[in-house]
Amino acid sequence: MSVANAILQGIFLGAFYAVLACGLSLMFGVMRIINLAHGDVAVLGAYLVLVIVQGTGLSPLLAFVIALPAMIALGYVLQLTVLQRALKAGILTPLLATFGLSIVIQNLLLLKFSPDVHSLGASAGALTTESWNLFGSISISALGLVVLAVAAVVFTVLHLFLSRTRPGWRMRATAEDPDAAELIGIDSRHVYARATAIAIRSVFDPVSGPTQLIFAFEAVVIGGMGSLWGTLLGGLALGVAQTLGAQLNPEYAALSGHLLFLAVLILRFGGVRLVRFGARA
Amino acid sequence: MMVRRWTRTSKLFTGGTGVVALLLASVPLVFSPDIVQKTTTLLILVLLAAMWNALAGYGGLLSVGQQAFIGLGAYGTVFFAGFGMPPYIAMVVALVVAGSLSIPISLFALRLRAAQFAIGMWVIAEVASIGVRLDQDLGAGTGISLSQLYQYDPNYRQAYTFWLALAFTAVFLAALFFLLRSPLGASLQAIRDDEDAARSLGVRVTARKRLLFVLAGFGCAAAGVLIVANTLFIEPSSVFSVQWSAYMIFMVLVGGLGTFEGPILGAILLFAIQTTFTQGGPWYLVGLGATAALFALLLPRGLWGTIEERLGLRLLPVGYQVVEKK
Repeated sequence: MSVANAILQGIFLGAFYAVLACGLSLMFGVMRIINLAHGDVAVLGAYLVLVIVQGTGLSPLLAFVIALPAMIALGYVLQLTVLQRALKAGILTPLLATFGLSIVIQNLLLLKFSPDVHSLGASAGALTTESWNLFGSISISALGLVVLAVAAVVFTVLHLFLSRTRPGWRMRATAEDPDAAELIGIDSRHVYARATAIAIRSVFDPVSGPTQLIFAFEAVVIGGMGSLWGTLLGGLALGVAQTLGAQLNPEYAALSGHLLFLAVLILRFGGVRLVRFGARA
Repeated sequence: MMVRRWTRTSKLFTGGTGVVALLLASVPLVFSPDIVQKTTTLLILVLLAAMWNALAGYGGLLSVGQQAFIGLGAYGTVFFAGFGMPPYIAMVVALVVAGSLSIPISLFALRLRAAQFAIGMWVIAEVASIGVRLDQDLGAGTGISLSQLYQYDPNYRQAYTFWLALAFTAVFLAALFFLLRSPLGASLQAIRDDEDAARSLGVRVTARKRLLFVLAGFGCAAAGVLIVANTLFIEPSSVFSVQWSAYMIFMVLVGGLGTFEGPILGAILLFAIQTTFTQGGPWYLVGLGATAALFALLLPRGLWGTIEERLGLRLLPVGYQVVEKK
């Protein structure tokens, strides 16, 4: 039973990773670049929500609605100032530039906020503590369900966006032709996803950005680079691997995720491609 | 038209480098242990910058996980010294063992491209770090000191470590220098300039990259060995920290990616910044990150690359120049 519970908790955790990873997956699918500052931008979004909650006493959900446009704007600015320029300069430049950016964001946050772990738990009320038990040993937390629901919504919206809307078509068209990719400012929906994920997950500290990036990237790779639904599966697989590892020994949580990632890379480079951003969504 | 490699300046400078190395060797005889320790740190930075540049500048391999080898070299030293090996012997053994690990890792890592490689290496470093954390005998997460070095008088110990650092740095830089000047080096520089073009001309790109990867693996392991010898205490969170990658990227980008002299210049600059802002702290890292990003975007050839371009200056020549015949 404890294994079943671990798998369930892993799915909740994995849904969070998948939401975090879908922005990364989208950017890679369309622009063929990895934003090494992805995790740090996500943490930045979470802090924005925290500041709004503490400043105004609003509920985290409302604060999130306010923070969202700001993060989307930031995504556009980043795209126009850093990524667009970096894309033209070769393969290494986007990595180098975003790595520099990652260090800057991380340490600015460290300056503004103490290195302590912050939590939105208190202001989110019952959401973080509520849980139900099934058969005595399987626990379903309200927060886990919310994250799962958010993941379902985010992925469905992204899928509909890519397959049904004009900007979505345009984005897929540019994914087909990398030279044309720089012509579009990538839609900042990925920022949407990031901020949601972290704000709801509700525990974070300034230096957690790199860890977030590693987990998000692992989810993308496990599911197959550039595949949207693959990323969802990859996130879930990563989450389950981590909770099953933690079942053996809490120290093994991150390790078993890493090992799954390396195993996937070794066994099948490229992973399962369920949906490409390119040919068909 | 004629092709030349040496100029009078570069002959003088390369000869001068030998003299500088000899002068450096006398540092422990003249200066206080404090200065000796700082100079050791500078040598470690030079070594790290040169090795990262070998990977990224010539192989096009951007790794954010070279701290894997730094950490393995450092912990390897503690591990072998724990078996009763004389500490300085343990350092050499740790260097060889940790460096050799780059060969099996390369079989896997070199199949990854660009970002996959960068983060794949990072994950490998994380796995190594977790491995150390799980080992109680290596102090787990709290760190461990190389207590076997305490048997030496501090002044002698600092001097030995310094000479070891000088020897490692000189050997690895010389290895890179002669590698780049050899016929093999021509193919490496061809890969740097255009990988696809090099491949189409028959350069065995993967084999060449493996050579650089292994060299950098050994070089970073050597740096790790020196770090534990210089600071006597290591912990997984610092020695396996991704901050090392941040330092390496800063030094190489500011100095000049894909030039031989640039990373050395970058290392001296970083060292100067570190000694000026001794407190370190977030602002200092914000500055480093911003500078690296700006250099990547605005001055991709770095300080030395730009100087070289403008003045046609070559101090440690690894390539050839075409000049008008007099």
